Amino acid sequence: MQLARVIGDIVASHKDENLSSLKLLVLQPLAADGSDAGRTLVAVDAIGAGVGETVFFVRGKEASFPFFPTEVPTDAGVVGIVDHWDLG
Amino acid sequence: MQIARVVGTVVASQKHGAFEGAKLLLVQPLTLEGEPRGTALLAVDSLGAGVHEKVLIVMEGRAAGQVLGRTLAPVDAAVVGIIDTVDLVA
Repeated sequence: MQLARVIGDIVASHKDENLSSLKLLVLQPLAADGSDAGRTLVAVDAIGAGVGETVFFVRGKEASFPFFPTEVPTDAGVVGIVDHWDLG
Repeated sequence: MQIARVVGTVVASQKHGAFEGAKLLLVQPLTLEGEPRGTALLAVDSLGAGVHEKVLIVMEGRAAGQVLGRTLAPVDAAVVGIIDTVDLVA
């Protein structure tokens, strides 16, 4: 999983039927110090996150597990909203 | 598996149910020389690893889910060992 900031959302009226009613979020991955790290990506939302929030997301097939048994065709999914993180 | 250092802890009240009770650590993957490699990532921990410790992480969903003891958990990384030493044969 990685930290990210939600920087946008996507409306796609014509999409795979197993993506219907799912919220699509644009994520900017973050480094441990909170700075931008790497390319932005689009992820399905499994937790009710919104623009401006700091979240963590999972990559891979596991991103579809929250929607089981629906086979959601995604490779990234938001699975938590971060309250804060502490560096040692 | 990869070698990483625990660099922080993450608190998230609102998260998927599979994470209930799981500890979330921020870990920085390392090269064999101990240099940071790539971006820090989140891993679930059931071993009780602490900040500054060197750990072994899996970055694959099925293995990470096993650490939580839950099937169909939306996780892709987990701490599976706390490293005492790494010996390299020159």
